[in-house]
Amino acid sequence: MRRGNTPRGPRHSIMSRTAAMLIMGVFTLYFLTPIWWLLVSSTKTGGQITGTAPLWFTMESIPTFFSNIGRLFTYSDGVFGRWLLNSAIYAGLGALLGTIIAAMCGYALAKYEFKGREAIFNIVLSGVLVPATALALPLFLIFSEVKLTNTLWAVFLPSLVSPFGVYLARIYAAASVPGELLEAARLDGSGEIRTFFTVSTRLMAPALVTIFLFQFVAIWNNFFLPLIMLRDQTLFPVTLGLYAWNSQISQIPELRVLVIVGALVSILPLIAAFLALQRFWSSGLGAGSVK
Amino acid sequence: MRAHYGKATAAFAMVSALTLAGCAGGGGDSTAGGEGGSSCEPSSGPVDLTFTTWVPGMDKVVDLWNKENPDIQVKVQTGPNGNSGTYQNFFNQLQAGNAPDLGQIEYDALPNFRVQDGLENIAACENVSDAEDQFVDWTWGQVTFGEDDAVYAVPQDSGPMAMFYRKDLFEQAGIEVPTTWEEYAAAAEEIKAQGSYITNFPRGDVNWFAGNVWQAGGQWFSNDDEGWDVNLTGEESEQVANYWQGLLEKDQVSTLPSFSDEWNASFNEGDQWTWISAVWGASTLATGAPDTSGKWAVAPMPQWEDGGSAAGNWGGSSTAVLKGSEHPYEAAQFALWLNTDPEALALANELGGLYPAAKSATDLEAFSGGVEYFGGQKIYDVFAEASSNVDPNFTWGPTMTQTYTDVSDGFGKAIGGDGTLMDALASGEEATVESLKSQSIPVKE
Repeated sequence: MRRGNTPRGPRHSIMSRTAAMLIMGVFTLYFLTPIWWLLVSSTKTGGQITGTAPLWFTMESIPTFFSNIGRLFTYSDGVFGRWLLNSAIYAGLGALLGTIIAAMCGYALAKYEFKGREAIFNIVLSGVLVPATALALPLFLIFSEVKLTNTLWAVFLPSLVSPFGVYLARIYAAASVPGELLEAARLDGSGEIRTFFTVSTRLMAPALVTIFLFQFVAIWNNFFLPLIMLRDQTLFPVTLGLYAWNSQISQIPELRVLVIVGALVSILPLIAAFLALQRFWSSGLGAGSVK
Repeated sequence: MRAHYGKATAAFAMVSALTLAGCAGGGGDSTAGGEGGSSCEPSSGPVDLTFTTWVPGMDKVVDLWNKENPDIQVKVQTGPNGNSGTYQNFFNQLQAGNAPDLGQIEYDALPNFRVQDGLENIAACENVSDAEDQFVDWTWGQVTFGEDDAVYAVPQDSGPMAMFYRKDLFEQAGIEVPTTWEEYAAAAEEIKAQGSYITNFPRGDVNWFAGNVWQAGGQWFSNDDEGWDVNLTGEESEQVANYWQGLLEKDQVSTLPSFSDEWNASFNEGDQWTWISAVWGASTLATGAPDTSGKWAVAPMPQWEDGGSAAGNWGGSSTAVLKGSEHPYEAAQFALWLNTDPEALALANELGGLYPAAKSATDLEAFSGGVEYFGGQKIYDVFAEASSNVDPNFTWGPTMTQTYTDVSDGFGKAIGGDGTLMDALASGEEATVESLKSQSIPVKE
């Protein structure tokens, strides 16, 4: 390593920077190693997973990877593709509608004065504290009453609700949508709904992206609710499908490879969503903390 | 189907404990009317049934039935294996009154469903009671609980135990293949001297340990009108626990987590010379340790008494008609067909790896020939023999999920040097009694 390039400064600052880098390096390694393992393992056959170096490829990695992918999408009449599609519907549509609902709700709480406003906000906020897992069983009993278990709606409807989204939308709307602007819009004859969709949502865009990402990830990773609600495997999201396969590895050992490749494929949409929306994501996160 | 209890289920157990308590609060009342086993009449008109199972490929097997029975159409629903979530779903659905007509339930979970009144008695349904002699003796005992006029499920598959061993290594080392546990321990010492292990002690698989106690003639549970008797620490359990404790203390068995990658690797690299396991273990080995193909063979389990022939069992499921089904007659007919029809059994074995509980299984092509991985040995003859030597009176308790968790925790500690296997059984027994009491299930003390 060349020393000449190191900027001059107090000795302790170099030390502390090195320490900080070291710690971050260790954590990066800690978080990335499992993903690396997943990637490497998905290029192996069942026997190679145990028989070869766990963190490096084999000679025939590339053809094996493609044959694994092929088997993944053809096993059991291609049900895995169906699971991916289901997850995309639950997470994509659910997050989109959930974001709109949260945005409208948060916006109304921030911008309109009405009786019981704070009470409503506090009730919604307390919803943040209740873990979704604890609600799954009561939801199952309620959905049983209306005969909606084992349907798409049983997973989709509960996914639309996001107390945290409402909170974030309210904070962000209060900070970024000036009351004067709304006044001006009213004077120009714009209705409240039109103002919301044409003016306010644009100002709130970073927060909306944040809410969308949060919701998307939460629904994509949601496991317990589908586990309880669904029995028909054509309705499963990818998380539940992989879990079901994984629980059968001891009987059908060939599933091990499919679970590994399936897990890799199932995180790709999340990575894609993050990379695409990353810029908005960080600015949206900061907004809540400044207020 | 194997009752494999894994780590992933631990989190689930917490939730299930909560809901179980909820169920017990409602007392013994059932979700459907108290239809006894006294009547079982066919429904008029076409019938649709739902069947929840986690056996891969079962939908294809059911297609055979649907083609031949246009008036009784069965829809297959699926999920994770029982202890990983499906049982809890059954209990939730029973409570909500929308359980499937039929469900796959492992033998060790049946008493739980019986105690919670989740099973329909199908003894009065046509042909059901007469089917007794079509199934291996002990499996029939599991579905009737020894009650009169009672059949609560139809046996599906079983897991008779035997010993897989590395024929080549034993021959090279000049060690006799052990036929008694005494010889097995002696072999363990010699094998250890060569730097390998005779086998792995599966701390997480308490049902494996139970299979060994079963072989020794022990009983963990029994019940009569006065309540349940819990006895995890009987003479036979003590014998088995002390035996493995000895091997553990001398470091003559490894303690890898079962079915993990390192466990597979250990078999693949020849560090493990034997595996005391069930019939389904054959495919586990073949996939997990492909490099050792042709080097394995199967022998009966080592015996406690010279010249004995007792075998244990590890895993196996039944097909039960769940409480509240509107068509128990049709459901029972389907369950019988599923588990006795030769074509169905053959397909379920091919796609789902099931070893049928029906006696006719030995006639199936899949079980009559030699197996290449085992050097062409006809291994299923050994398992069929073992199956007939399984004690028919072994009874599971009504809270096995909890019992497994508690004993497995204790086993983990014992392996870490904190206490012994026997201590683990004692604390498991205590916890089980507590758990039964908390669910208002009567316990004899």
